[in-house]
Amino acid sequence: MPTFSTNAANQGFCSCHVCSLVSRVDQMSDSRRCPRCRALLRFRKPASVSRCWSLLIAAYILYIPANLLTMMETGSLLNYRKDTILSGVVHLWETGSWGISTIVFIASVMIPLLKLISLSLLLVSVQRGSKLHPRLRTSLYRSVELVGRWSMLDIYVVTLLAALVQMGTMATVKAGPAALAFGAVVILTMFASMQFEPRLIWDPLEKREPDDDDTE
Amino acid sequence: MNRDTAQLIVCHDCDLLQREIALKKGCSASCSRCGALLYRNATDSINRTLAWTAAAFIVFIIANIFPIFAIELQGDRSVLNLIEAVSSIWTQKMQLMSLVVFVTTILIPTVEMLSMIYLLSSLKMLRIPFGHIMIMKMIRVVSPWGMIEILMLGMLVSLVKLTSSFKVILGLALWSFGLLTFLLAAAAASFSARHIWNLIDKIGGMKS
Repeated sequence: MPTFSTNAANQGFCSCHVCSLVSRVDQMSDSRRCPRCRALLRFRKPASVSRCWSLLIAAYILYIPANLLTMMETGSLLNYRKDTILSGVVHLWETGSWGISTIVFIASVMIPLLKLISLSLLLVSVQRGSKLHPRLRTSLYRSVELVGRWSMLDIYVVTLLAALVQMGTMATVKAGPAALAFGAVVILTMFASMQFEPRLIWDPLEKREPDDDDTE
Repeated sequence: MNRDTAQLIVCHDCDLLQREIALKKGCSASCSRCGALLYRNATDSINRTLAWTAAAFIVFIIANIFPIFAIELQGDRSVLNLIEAVSSIWTQKMQLMSLVVFVTTILIPTVEMLSMIYLLSSLKMLRIPFGHIMIMKMIRVVSPWGMIEILMLGMLVSLVKLTSSFKVILGLALWSFGLLTFLLAAAAASFSARHIWNLIDKIGGMKS
C-alpha cells in the first residue's frame, strides 16, 4: 500500500497530461500510453529546463528592440510623434488618462519584465535543486501563467488604432517595428512558461529517502 | 478502466499522489501540499458549458459583423470592424502582426467554440463524437491563445486614446464584445475537463 506523502513518480504512478487519468507505469515496458486517451505517458515534461531557457533567452534579446524602437507613429496636421512603449505610457499620463495609463503600464511594462525575471529565477532555483519556499515558487509560476497573456494588450491597441486612423494628412497612425518585437516577446514567454515544469520545484524535497522504491 | 487507480489523483503542479474525495456541489479540491486546484464539482457542468458557449458563439458572430467604433474628423468618417482591422494591418505591411491578431481573436475562438459545441452536444445525446480525443487535446492546447477578453480591454484603451482627438461613435460590436467577455468567462467557469472525461468513460461503458 503506497503512503500518500510522496511524489507519484516515485511510486510508479503517472498522470496523463491530456486527460489527467492516473495509471501505473512499468519502467521496463515500452507501451507507456494512457489507457483512456492513448497519449504518451511521461513523468516530467521532456527537456523542460533547456527548452524554457532557450525561449526565455530569445525573449530577453527581443525585449531590447521592443523597448527601444518605435511602437506607434501618430501624425496629424498639428503634430507628429513617435512613441516607444514607455513614452506612450508617459504621454497618456500627461494628458490626464491616469487610469488607462496605469493599466497600460502594468500590462506592457511590468508584466513582461516580472515574467522574464520570475521565469529566470524559477529556472535557476530548479537547476540548483533549491529546497527553499517550494510553495511560494509554485504560486509564482501559477501567477506567471495566469497574467502573462495580458501583455498582448498593446498589440491590440496598436492594431485597432493603425487600422482606424487612416485619414491621409489629417490624421494617421502607423504601427512601428517595436510592435512586432513586443508581440514576439509575449508569445515567446508564453511558450517558455508552458515548457516550464513546476514539478521540478518539488523533486529535490523527495531526495531524503532515495532507495525506498527501488525494490518495486 | 483500472479500478484501483480510479480514485487516485495526482497534482499537476507538484506531483503529489492523493486520493479523490467526494465534493459538495460547487466546491473544489486543492492540493494539500502546494495548493493547486485539483478538481471542481462544477454544478451541471456539461449543460451549462454548452449553453454559455452556444450563446457566446451567437454573440461572437454579431461582434464580427458590426462595427466596433467609428471616428469623425471634420466631416471625414472612418468605421472599423475586427476583420477590417486585421486586413488593414495586413495591407500596411505588418503581415505577421495581422496574423497574430487574426489567430488569437478570430480563428482560435471560433475553432474552440465550435468544437466545444460539437463535443458537448454529442455527449448530451449519449454519443461519443468522432475524434473526441483529438478535440479534447486541441481545446487544452489552444485555450490559452484565445484572447477575446484582452482584445476587449484593448478596445477600451483605444477608445480613451481616440476621444482626445476625434469624435468617436460607439458601434454594436463594442457592446457585443463586452457581453462576449462575460459569456466566455461563464463558460470557462462551468467547464470541467474531468466531467467530460468521466462522461466519455460512462458512455463507453454502456456501449461495450
